[in-house]
Amino acid sequence: MKNQAIAAFILCLPLSLLANWLSFRGDSGNGIIDNDLSPSIGTDSKSAWKVELPGRGLSSPIVVGDRVYLTASSGPKQETLHVIAYDGKTGKTDWEKTFKATGRTVCHDKTCVAAPTMVSDGKVVVAQFSSNDVFCLDLEGNLKWLRGLTYDYPNAANGLGMSSSPVIANGVLVAQVENDAESFTAGLSLSNGTTLWKKDRPRGANWTSPTVLGKGKDQQVALQSMKGVAVIDPKTGKDQWIYEDGAATIPSSTVLGSTILVPSNGLTALQARGDGKSHTQLWRDNKLGPGTGSPSISGDKFYVINKANVLTCAEIKTGKIIWRMRLKGPVSSSPVSTKTHLFVFNEEGLGQVVQLGGEEGKTVRSIDLKETILCTPAVSKGALYVRSDSTLWKLSD
Amino acid sequence: MKITYALIALLTLGSTLLCDLPGQEKELIDALTKVGAKGTGNEKAVRAWPAVRKLDASSVPNLLKAMNEANDLGDNWIRSAISEILDRDNSGFPEKQILAYLKDDRNTGSSRRLAFDIILEHKPKLSHSLTPKFIDDREPTLRRLAVEKLLESARKAEKPGKSKALFEKVLSKGREVDQIKEAKEALEKAGQKIDVQTLMGFLVNWHTIGPFDNTGRQGFGVEYPPEKKIDLKASYEGKNEKAKWSAFTTPDPFGMLNVNLQYGEIKEVLAYAHTTFDSDSERPAQFRIGSKNAWKLWLNGELLFARDEYHRGGTRVDQFIIDGKLSKGTNEILVKVCQNEQTQPWTKQWEFCLRVTDPSGTALTSVKTGN
Repeated sequence: MKNQAIAAFILCLPLSLLANWLSFRGDSGNGIIDNDLSPSIGTDSKSAWKVELPGRGLSSPIVVGDRVYLTASSGPKQETLHVIAYDGKTGKTDWEKTFKATGRTVCHDKTCVAAPTMVSDGKVVVAQFSSNDVFCLDLEGNLKWLRGLTYDYPNAANGLGMSSSPVIANGVLVAQVENDAESFTAGLSLSNGTTLWKKDRPRGANWTSPTVLGKGKDQQVALQSMKGVAVIDPKTGKDQWIYEDGAATIPSSTVLGSTILVPSNGLTALQARGDGKSHTQLWRDNKLGPGTGSPSISGDKFYVINKANVLTCAEIKTGKIIWRMRLKGPVSSSPVSTKTHLFVFNEEGLGQVVQLGGEEGKTVRSIDLKETILCTPAVSKGALYVRSDSTLWKLSD
Repeated sequence: MKITYALIALLTLGSTLLCDLPGQEKELIDALTKVGAKGTGNEKAVRAWPAVRKLDASSVPNLLKAMNEANDLGDNWIRSAISEILDRDNSGFPEKQILAYLKDDRNTGSSRRLAFDIILEHKPKLSHSLTPKFIDDREPTLRRLAVEKLLESARKAEKPGKSKALFEKVLSKGREVDQIKEAKEALEKAGQKIDVQTLMGFLVNWHTIGPFDNTGRQGFGVEYPPEKKIDLKASYEGKNEKAKWSAFTTPDPFGMLNVNLQYGEIKEVLAYAHTTFDSDSERPAQFRIGSKNAWKLWLNGELLFARDEYHRGGTRVDQFIIDGKLSKGTNEILVKVCQNEQTQPWTKQWEFCLRVTDPSGTALTSVKTGN
């Protein structure tokens, strides 16, 4: 009965909403592609396009309705911050807003100020930058509010650059600003940007992104750090439960339902209990530790790419490894997956499409974009969007 | 500290302006210039925002003027408003007023740069003709454009004499590290000796004392005796032995003070470096420090900034730019530089570089011979 109600609700939703890709690694932050995506996508189809970008970036695109939203940074010191909306059908720029960074813009050469991915609730889009400037705009580009979190807290910065992508849960924007010096996570009102809470966090460089657990008013947010994972109430910032066995500071956790796959001691699967206040450890395997990218989910399996560019398929429930295969690396981005295929780009711009479902994985297609790709792709309406420092592509069949 | 007479004059100018504005413009500008830290003022700005849709391009000069009294956050609000208006209304682009605004260097650098960008977008030919005129501009981002033109000409110049003259002009006019480095390298390749230390105003003559204990990175927060009083004849209990002040001059062209040379490549330690800077007047200044170690910087006993971070990237010239005010006469500068416990090869460095400039990036030199 419950499933029927959910199905009826989904059928009532406009098609455009179903085709959204609202945050880093998709609506659920786990790389799942809800709609179909052909393994034959490429740059040659009639609906494919590519556009030159006004600045650098490794943030991922997001998709809301018919528009693709993206950030970039330009200028000698990357002090100019861009938020751009493209028409998903044509690649034409619908609007572009530029701002001036109020925080630090020094970064390692490999990354840049436009590193965090935007997030949307379907009504507004929010862009956070490595300078810890945060801008909330409506879908037409009207500024709703802005914050300068390093302007507010001048030691909130990382000499190598920041990259955590914000999330939205229960109407609260959760912005993770974790670093060696002044480390915190803040809950900002999505409606006006004011600080609802500010939570001191472990001091240490942290490039991971928060992940959202649950639906509706029961949403919680998992904050990962070198200390482990703190699951908080997004309305108050208060801890609901804590996992304290350490965790990685580059690849992020991946959530499916109440299960969280945490890059900790390899990979550790945690199950949030129904009371929302505690958890159980399901399994742990030190052979499943991800490299830079985060795990992706397809059906009852998950996929991780380790530092040696080996892609591993394993069962979510048990952690049992099903198969492993070597990809062409180096791979920094996270994969995204349909029920049948996994899509991932390496740093040299080679897109690799891996067929899933069998006893072993098999690369069935390669797409060479010939530019450095560090971002995780976004997927909407049968098209995949991916960007380099200078180009945004729409790949389609 | 940051408030200068010029700024006070601008604030006065701004207050006069607000009195003369029509209702909606005034309401909007009032709201956008009052946006403050930690989200304050955003709600009022959002409420006033619909006025943007009722304004046309003729409001742009007033919005630019309002940037003179806005902080960095209000600056972003106003530039968003201007962008919105100009995206919608291209009919009466107020070229003359925007140009006049750009040329008036009593306006803030940020707002003048925006005025230039507007001209660049709407009248690109005009903007190109303006660029060389920024060669002595107080706004570093405008000056950079003019210096870049010089660099382009220097790179293309076929006659060595012409190229040399242009690179030399870049050295005298340039304020940005990358542009100065390029000119320096080109001239050195041609056999010329360049004194970058003096050109960029690096402080190179120091007295240092250490090592003091920084086990577990705890020393960063410990107030060792040099923080309480500078006495170059005093000695104190150090980490391993008595710590004494000793003179230390760096020959590095970019003023890098390699503390390892004084105390060896040791870990979990800290040292202090002291120098003086003589100024012939009280004046605003920028203290431009680079360090990949944790550090603190004091000017005349006042802590200007502290950064507790180790080995996140390399040391860069002008990595941190801190506003301060030089007093007339001798100014005491103290730097605390810390080394942590990491043992990887890329964590060996224990170093910093420091220079003093005016707010436009022009090097200031100590008026006496000390530095």
